[in-house]
Amino acid sequence: MQLDDLYRRVIMDHYKNPRNRGTMNEESVTINLNNPTCGDRISLQLQVVDGKVTDAKFSGEGCSISMSSASMMTEAVKGRTFDEALSMADRFSSLMKGEPVEFEELEDIEALSGVNKFPARIKCATLAWNALRKGIEHQQD
Amino acid sequence: MNINAIREQFPILHQEINGHPLVYLDSAASSQKPRSVIDAVKRYYELDNSNVHRGVHTLGSRATDAYEGAREKVAKLLNAGAPEQIIFTRGTTTALNLVATSYARSVCKEGDEIVITPMEHHSNLIPWQQAAKATGATLKYIPLQPDGTISIGDVENTITPNTKVVSVTYVSNVLGVINPIKDITQIAHRNGAVMVVDGAQSTPHMKVDLQDLDVDFYAFSGHKMCGPTGIGALFGKKALLNKMEPFEYGGEMIDFVDLYESTWKEIPYRFEGGTPIIAGAVGLGAAIDFLNEIGFDEIDKHERLLASYAYEKLSALEGITLYGPEQNRVGLVTFNLEDVHPHDVATVLDSKGIAIRAGHHCCQPLMRWLNVSATARASFYLYNSEEDIDRLADALLQTKEFFGHAIG
Repeated sequence: MQLDDLYRRVIMDHYKNPRNRGTMNEESVTINLNNPTCGDRISLQLQVVDGKVTDAKFSGEGCSISMSSASMMTEAVKGRTFDEALSMADRFSSLMKGEPVEFEELEDIEALSGVNKFPARIKCATLAWNALRKGIEHQQD
Repeated sequence: MNINAIREQFPILHQEINGHPLVYLDSAASSQKPRSVIDAVKRYYELDNSNVHRGVHTLGSRATDAYEGAREKVAKLLNAGAPEQIIFTRGTTTALNLVATSYARSVCKEGDEIVITPMEHHSNLIPWQQAAKATGATLKYIPLQPDGTISIGDVENTITPNTKVVSVTYVSNVLGVINPIKDITQIAHRNGAVMVVDGAQSTPHMKVDLQDLDVDFYAFSGHKMCGPTGIGALFGKKALLNKMEPFEYGGEMIDFVDLYESTWKEIPYRFEGGTPIIAGAVGLGAAIDFLNEIGFDEIDKHERLLASYAYEKLSALEGITLYGPEQNRVGLVTFNLEDVHPHDVATVLDSKGIAIRAGHHCCQPLMRWLNVSATARASFYLYNSEEDIDRLADALLQTKEFFGHAIG
């Protein structure tokens, strides 16, 4: 078990300098999600226009993995259609299972592949993506 | 107390985790099991296993004797008086739900009060929340002092003649504080309320005298005191238990069953519907024997030494916050490292073979009271040593360095 596999430089960069951290004032979709086992919580806001995510912001509290994952997710999802965003969420699930997947949208995300070797931390990494999925599915209903 | 001799009796401790000898500092979540407990469960299944209270055959008698023998051991351990006042349950959670359902929901009505504290574990909080909602009773909280202790003045001000139930933990699983249960019980009784105590964190570590405390209900879990998972108990005063409706209906708990009406067995069997947790009770009995042999005075003394050693070692680290009072605490230390989330602390420690707990510890209201989203906790038991705490302190220093370096 190598800590460096988990805490890669790019992850720590997103943790230290989170992208899209904050809140949106305009009409936006807000999803609040908790990780009840550990107390992490995220509030994700999506600006949605014609089946597309035009902007994304997040706030909340959590560990380096959950917060950096939220930073990457919001960065990657901006400008994507719902289908493209859901495809990324699916690929992220695969990444957490240790399957080789690529994120052309934002290669940084691939750095989280190391989380797979730390089963207790997978829920941290998937929190933001679950919020995204929930938000989009709610829009599609 | 010879720590090495004690450690020898715990097979699980003698292994490497991630290339380092295991340091287990999560006993407040679940303790490890000595060989004698593991063997007692094994021996029960290999020699005596059968159902209880019904078989005419020899194994049925042996299983019954073993099960009832465990009940007597629990009663004696807690100085509870008559063994029929001990009801075996799955653990503290079930025991507290039993009281909240079978007692509080039938006694409380609108205008009544249920009094608890913000330091309660979810298992001693949600059952009362739900009972209050179902009955229209008001849920009230005894406020905490800045160091996490309870002041008797606040207890006096919160409990009133309208209070029907007071439920407080003996020892906080986060703050480590030991609450003045005897004093709170007297105030509850003076106001006509029953006193319920969550003993999950006290029973494993200190001598508990229920007749001296005079509490009405007391709940604990076996797995935190060297026993198996899935077994615990509720103590209830006979006069109260006799008035309460069963919690679960089915086999074992009935007196006479007709097509449209049934009657119940006497206590404690009325509250033990279905085949009971026989092997668990046998294991718990063996755990009690094991702890008694070492002696609770010795265990308590050892853990207090560890707690103050840990407090001293950890508070010397720069950027650490320790929660709970410095004095009158049990063997656990809850803390946060500046700029490092507790999950990250726990992961780094695990990579060095050290097991601690990180998160809200099933105490979300208390986390909000502390103004944190999560904390890290190292908890000690009779098999821990000062060397374990040295390794913890060293690893925490390395964690700070690792993150200081990683996030620059």
